[in-house]
Amino acid sequence: MTINSVSLVIAGSGGAGVVTAGSLLLDAAAQAGWYALMSRSSGPQIRGGEAAAMLRFATEPIMSHDDSFHLLMAIDWDNIGRFSAEIPLVAESLIVGDPAHGAAPAALLAGRPRQAALAMSEIAGRIENGRPNMVALGAIAGLIGLPPEAMQAVVEKNLGRKGQAAIDASMAAFHAGFAAAADLPATPKLPTVATSVAAATEPRWSITGNEATGLGVIRGGVRFVAAYPITPATEVLEWLAPSLAKVGGMLVQAEDELASINQIIGASYGGVPAMTATSGPGLSLMIESLGLAVAAEVPLVVVDVMRVGPSTGIATKSEQSDLNIAVYGLHGDAPHIVVAANSVPDCLFTTQWAVHLAEAMQAPALVLTDQAMGQARAIVPKPAELAFIGQRLTASAPAVEGERYKRYAMTASGVSPMAIPGTPGLTHTADGLEHNEFGTPSSQASDHHAQMDKRSRKLTQFNYGDHWADIEDSEVGAGDTAIITWGSSTGPAREALQRFSAAGGRARLISLRLIAPVQPEKMAEALAGIKRAVVVEQSHSGQFYRMLRAFYELPAQTVSLHHGGPLAFGPKQILDQLNQLNAGSA
Amino acid sequence: MESCAQKKKYAAKDYKSDLKPIWCPGCGDYTVLNAITRALAELALPPEEVAVVSGIGCSSRIPAYTSVYGFHGVHGRALPVATGLKLARPDLTVLVTGGDGDGFSIGGNHFLHACRRNVDITYIVMDNQVYGMTKGQASPTTAPDWEGSKLTPEGTGINPFQPLVVGLASGANFIARVSSSDPVNMARIIVEAIQHPGFSLVQVLSPCVTFRPEQQEWRDIVRTAVVDYTDDAARAARRLMTDDGFNVGKVLYKGSRPPFRPEFENTNGSVTELEARFAL
Repeated sequence: MTINSVSLVIAGSGGAGVVTAGSLLLDAAAQAGWYALMSRSSGPQIRGGEAAAMLRFATEPIMSHDDSFHLLMAIDWDNIGRFSAEIPLVAESLIVGDPAHGAAPAALLAGRPRQAALAMSEIAGRIENGRPNMVALGAIAGLIGLPPEAMQAVVEKNLGRKGQAAIDASMAAFHAGFAAAADLPATPKLPTVATSVAAATEPRWSITGNEATGLGVIRGGVRFVAAYPITPATEVLEWLAPSLAKVGGMLVQAEDELASINQIIGASYGGVPAMTATSGPGLSLMIESLGLAVAAEVPLVVVDVMRVGPSTGIATKSEQSDLNIAVYGLHGDAPHIVVAANSVPDCLFTTQWAVHLAEAMQAPALVLTDQAMGQARAIVPKPAELAFIGQRLTASAPAVEGERYKRYAMTASGVSPMAIPGTPGLTHTADGLEHNEFGTPSSQASDHHAQMDKRSRKLTQFNYGDHWADIEDSEVGAGDTAIITWGSSTGPAREALQRFSAAGGRARLISLRLIAPVQPEKMAEALAGIKRAVVVEQSHSGQFYRMLRAFYELPAQTVSLHHGGPLAFGPKQILDQLNQLNAGSA
Repeated sequence: MESCAQKKKYAAKDYKSDLKPIWCPGCGDYTVLNAITRALAELALPPEEVAVVSGIGCSSRIPAYTSVYGFHGVHGRALPVATGLKLARPDLTVLVTGGDGDGFSIGGNHFLHACRRNVDITYIVMDNQVYGMTKGQASPTTAPDWEGSKLTPEGTGINPFQPLVVGLASGANFIARVSSSDPVNMARIIVEAIQHPGFSLVQVLSPCVTFRPEQQEWRDIVRTAVVDYTDDAARAARRLMTDDGFNVGKVLYKGSRPPFRPEFENTNGSVTELEARFAL
């Protein structure tokens, strides 16, 4: 089965305007009953500057972009040539530009796409208060088969406050563009699935990865968030601030990331489930205190919306290169939880699960998402209700009546009942210094070993169920070939598996959600009968591949497919690797 | 303290743990511990309703020597931990204890913003102008010509940090300086600091007998400040900027800025309502 989809880019120097145009189109696509994914790329400018909204529409749920785009609609050219690597165009692609802004930059023409002209500004100029953006949206709608009624509903909702004249002007420009599309070279069209949202077959959501992350932690029970702004994690925090207030929680803006991590340690010590969100540079600053949360056994969640590193890197673009710091960054032996979301809606599942894991094991949980999924908006089937609620084992009395309370008591599970401040008779000091069972500082080897065993046991003995990985097989079974991946690379890997399967191939996709602690037994089970594997990740040094090599028994024939950000993998790159692996073995 | 008469009676020893401090004999921090426990007894606060938070350093050991809830974190980060704890649990009385290196050097940024944010916590800084736990290096409050450390054998050559001036300029709502040689008065001032709403800063001149033995003379140098506190920040600033650092035993400034306290709004909203915004 190959996905019936249309992919297009809206580009221009309008900065937020391009993304706004993309959002209108996304909402209209939802009206038409389609599923959609919109990601964005922008230059470093604070305001204005070149920007591109990359959209893919389909009649079924999608989690990845296609290998190339059918259509590039350029409102103007500005510095759009800088995005050429992120906007693959081929001979079947169509570039539509406004002749008033000159010719397309050469960088966009390497794949020899077809070209056509649309006088967007001139057409818009003939309409009172008409805007080139709306002309462009009309032309796109005409080209891809989006019914004008779908856009009408969206414009009425978005411009309702500005009055009927504004709605009419926008729709007049849209219809002018729609009519002009008849004279443009054809692109693939999608069939209309529904004539309204209400008529669509299943309930759907429009949500970004960063919003899903915020919702996930609230569903998990987080009610205290400390925050320091950083691209591309800021939207998680901006969504959480008003949302937490609505459910009796609180967000505090801290002076730096050292303060945010320590504020949430304080709040969680006080018994209120807590989290923060950041990106690589902020995570680097938080690392020492994450070790404190390990030693003092304070549950908390830190979301790292990864961007291109090292240092400031490319702050606005995506990379899967914080795996090493997340897993190995803490000094000492510091067992902690690392989980990774593998799609926009999975940000909801994985962060909610992370709150549950952190609270259950009284340990810090790191959640890795990235710019690509965090800032992407998707039309998805309504996510399922999840049972994961953060529940902490608390103490209301000493384990043995009349004896002194042991905060760090040895237990079979390694988890010790935690006395929350305010509980009479159980006062103690939680400590980053190594300590004995009471929490009293100790420099004795026996206490250190016992406490290390306990902190490690909590994590290794926990039952993670089936959530450690998403495992999917071709329709006709797993065969003996596997794709092993994580995070954002899962989307294109899923689609590669679908295409491989449609062509009669058999393979298994293993997308790891639980990065640490590692699960060698479960992986061995998942790899039973697998003879060949390709490991896919967006990291220059192959961090994931090396981690797998260190902790897992991989098939003898395992190849690593990896490159640095910000380029995402296209499904075809992974499919080619699958075919090559199988050809080699045949 | 008449209202305390109805409350359960506590003695200072009720707030002490049975752990023996690691401090050197003669260390000023012993009397600070005594003053804190004495103040808590005077306020008759149930031990479980008090939390003492600290970072790293000799004086940061205090939480373990008390019988209240304690949190002993990493170097320089006590104030953010206390901020998170107090905001999440406004019902608790939250104290922070630490030294000059922990608070004004590695934790300097948090000090500025804790004063500015004005959360209702009490910060007791034992200032001995030296890093004691790492065996005697210059701290941010050390005089520029102190040559006692192998790390800076010619002295630091830079002027000392002025914690109370900086605290005032940053927005601390209560400022006092006390001497560890007068624990009874120190306890009285800590009581006031805890009772005063917002961020209260108490600087304690607390000698390090091991690495700064000359500080034992402080007990003869300090003098009780001649004037009472002011609520005028400009007057307080002038006073703090012209004194020699040895005017002790009185509150120097009391502000009336309301503490930072975002409410946990209970707007009866539900997660379902949040989700509804995503539904098409």
